[in-house]
Amino acid sequence: MATQILLNNIEVPGLTGIEVYRKLGGYAAVEKVLKTMTPDEVSAEVKKSGLRGRGGAGFPAGMKWSFLDRKVDKPRYFICNFDESEPGTFKDRHLGSLNPHLLIEGMILGSFALGARTSYIYIRGELFYILNILEKAIDEAYRSGYLGENILNSGYSLDLHCHPGGGAYICGEETALIESLEGKRGNPRIKPPFPAVVGLYGCPTVVNNVETIANLPWILQNGGDAYAALGTQSSKGTKLISACGHIRKPGVYEVEMGLPVEEFIYSDQYCGGIRNGNKLKAVIAGGSSVPVLPAELILRTDRGEQRLLSYESLSVGGFESGTMLGSGGFIVLDETACIVKNLLTFARFYHHESCGQCSPCREGTGWMEKILQRIENGRGTSKDIDLLVHISKHIEGNTICPLGDAAAWPVASAIRHFRQEFEDHVKLQKCPLSR
Amino acid sequence: MSLIKVTIDNIAIEVEPGTTILNAARKIGGKVVPPAMCYYSKLEGSGGKCRTCLVKVAQGSAKDPRPMPKLVPSCRTEVQDGMVVQNITSPEVLEARRAITEFLLINHPLDCPVCDQAGECHLQDLSYDHGLVETQTIEERRTFAPVDIGDKIKLHMNRCILCYRCVMVADQLTGQRVHGVLFRGDHSEIGTYISKAVDNDFSGNMIDVCPVGALTDRTFRFASRVWFTKPFDAHRDCPKCSGETVLWMKKDQILRVTGRKDKYGELESFICNDCRFEHKDPKDWIIEGPRKIERHSVIGQNHYEINKERKSDGGF
Amino acid sequence: MLEGKNNNILFSDEILELANRIISRYPEGRQKSALIPLLHLAQAENGGWLSPEVMDKVAGFLDIQPIEVYEVATFYTMFNLQPVGKCVIEVCRTGPCWLNGGEELLAHFEKRLGIKPGETTPDGLFTLKVVECLAACGNAPVVQVGITYHENMNPGKADQLIADWSDGKERSHTNPYR
Repeated sequence: MATQILLNNIEVPGLTGIEVYRKLGGYAAVEKVLKTMTPDEVSAEVKKSGLRGRGGAGFPAGMKWSFLDRKVDKPRYFICNFDESEPGTFKDRHLGSLNPHLLIEGMILGSFALGARTSYIYIRGELFYILNILEKAIDEAYRSGYLGENILNSGYSLDLHCHPGGGAYICGEETALIESLEGKRGNPRIKPPFPAVVGLYGCPTVVNNVETIANLPWILQNGGDAYAALGTQSSKGTKLISACGHIRKPGVYEVEMGLPVEEFIYSDQYCGGIRNGNKLKAVIAGGSSVPVLPAELILRTDRGEQRLLSYESLSVGGFESGTMLGSGGFIVLDETACIVKNLLTFARFYHHESCGQCSPCREGTGWMEKILQRIENGRGTSKDIDLLVHISKHIEGNTICPLGDAAAWPVASAIRHFRQEFEDHVKLQKCPLSR
Repeated sequence: MSLIKVTIDNIAIEVEPGTTILNAARKIGGKVVPPAMCYYSKLEGSGGKCRTCLVKVAQGSAKDPRPMPKLVPSCRTEVQDGMVVQNITSPEVLEARRAITEFLLINHPLDCPVCDQAGECHLQDLSYDHGLVETQTIEERRTFAPVDIGDKIKLHMNRCILCYRCVMVADQLTGQRVHGVLFRGDHSEIGTYISKAVDNDFSGNMIDVCPVGALTDRTFRFASRVWFTKPFDAHRDCPKCSGETVLWMKKDQILRVTGRKDKYGELESFICNDCRFEHKDPKDWIIEGPRKIERHSVIGQNHYEINKERKSDGGF
Repeated sequence: MLEGKNNNILFSDEILELANRIISRYPEGRQKSALIPLLHLAQAENGGWLSPEVMDKVAGFLDIQPIEVYEVATFYTMFNLQPVGKCVIEVCRTGPCWLNGGEELLAHFEKRLGIKPGETTPDGLFTLKVVECLAACGNAPVVQVGITYHENMNPGKADQLIADWSDGKERSHTNPYR
């Protein structure tokens, strides 16, 4: 088994309770950091670790922290993005529900490094049962002196609260999340300014994903160099991959960056191969937003190299023949799955989740869904396929936030790699794979 | 602070730091000015939404000459010293603008023949300049029933492009906002949720800032096509506002009163409802003289220049 | 701490205490931040949906304009703007759930309950809703009832779920803070 940073104790009974968590070495990083390190030293370790944001964009966490405006005389905020809603992604839910103290410990470390005195965990409203788990754990942390006034006599004080959303994927976009946390509609803000300068309540703010934050205790305990020794050149450490679809063993796996995709799909240690002995048809490797790849391109790049689970390997070939690691939502489709229908469910999702602020996304997502509905139901034409390409091309890059790109990429890639299947729908006037 | 230099479509101009690309282009004037359907210089926080003013930044600044990776909303992007911007000289920008225009029209009812805004509608202007000759949609359009929000304003949600300007007027000009954007995505609508009148001294400005015919003046409803009325600058002594208005007249009858709009369709100053709705007698006004409409639309010229290059038949 | 207006009408004493505790989590003058959490509470207190009257009371409680509440309540899908049945069944149908029989499951619920998504059974017991991704794709198909996830669903489990809620003794949308 590869190094397990996040899931190593996940099956220990009672892990959600602070006693078990502490017995397993929990809160040692907080003890160490608050007693022996300065906030700048913490930031330096995180930078050294090479940790990249695990929410989907993969932006270096240390660099994001370094953008925080530390000069302005305003409170600073540290927010955990627990708005996990990207189809195919269920890693944060797994981690947060089974090991809440790991996230809380990470929140304390991050808040200390950034100088935040009040921090929030923004969790999607559908996951209220996890909010309750987190709140119990937060209460325990207060009672044990890890939260509240003068933590461990360090002079540092922190309040940590959970905040539920109300049902909106868009709130995973950090400025929409901030708007939502302010009690408003989840409309993404126009950037610049970025949250690091103008964030929550107009104050400097850092928003990080659950998994990113959960890595902090290990990094501070073992050092940034130790973390950077794991993984590959540009993808350090481990990554949670939530695997679902037509595989024998769906679930959340922690892999060291650089694990071959083929091994991940077929090894009994991970997905265990395709169910029912079927053939692999396609994979959406990083959540519904990233380009879908056919079997041959997810296993090997167009240059014939083995494809690895890392930011750089998955993106080899650009969007022509590559994809993205994204959030690590790994959706596997076997030969029985209709690419058009699968795409239709995604298009419906993005249409449903568009906030409606900017015109390309508001109007384009619904248009694409309607056209896909037509093709899937056998009423499409060849021109419709080109029209989809046209629409996706003009949403991409032209919207306020990345939801537009996220809606466009699956459409563009499905047609790029599976055009024949769309044509077959048009020719047969029905779905060739419908049951 | 010293001025900084920006080049837009090969025309250089010096502007104050903090100026947006759009406002720098407006300083140059003419064809290099990007269209703006949601930005409104007098409304704080406006802009960035409609995406019609997207431009290409070919050089970020003299210090960092890298181009910006995506098209940027010119209304919300500040110029940097040495920035090089392409608007109408960029085929990429024009292609994007055509697509944005198409997006704005796929759910628009195109009911110009019965719309009071026709002739002074920014979406009409935009479609004449950037619209496709034929629609690519066969889908049914999203529809809403028209509603009266109070006795002076009509809301045709079908025509709304969700620019948020009217919401900002209510937020920034009036004490209490009772309408807003409800629901989300392409189900978003301007409304009061439970039927309420938008009723305050400055609510009529919502009509003037609306770029389309979503909010129209009920006192002018179906009274005349705008191009059959003659605009006159006029003023009166008003305790609530500047009292400086435009009277839209047919013979000696005032059919409509609006604020004075500049060539970008923006009000020079907001006027009160008293001036707008309650003074239709010419005796109430001191008429200054005919108003020149500078916009290149029906209302200004009574005809459009046909874009010969694209062999447009007029867009509709 | 902010003392709500008309609070005795909006919330029971127990919930009122919780609501005030939630408001205290945000800086002074930022009580609007508590809007979404309070709408969850108000919805639970009002039988699972938000009437205009309830929303107006939330506005009064937080000292904000009613339109600010409507804007938010209509944006987020967890808020029901029409009365719902005692048990609200939310069925996911996005990609991974579809791959694992989500549509067949939805059809089964429709058939068993005799209603379409968005409808409530005539006896007021069940409302059926379709939802987008619930982030439990590894155990697809997934159904949510109140704050509880029902995973790896199949027609048999669906029948059991319906049976469990058929006595009408409880509501699925109760105070989500436990």
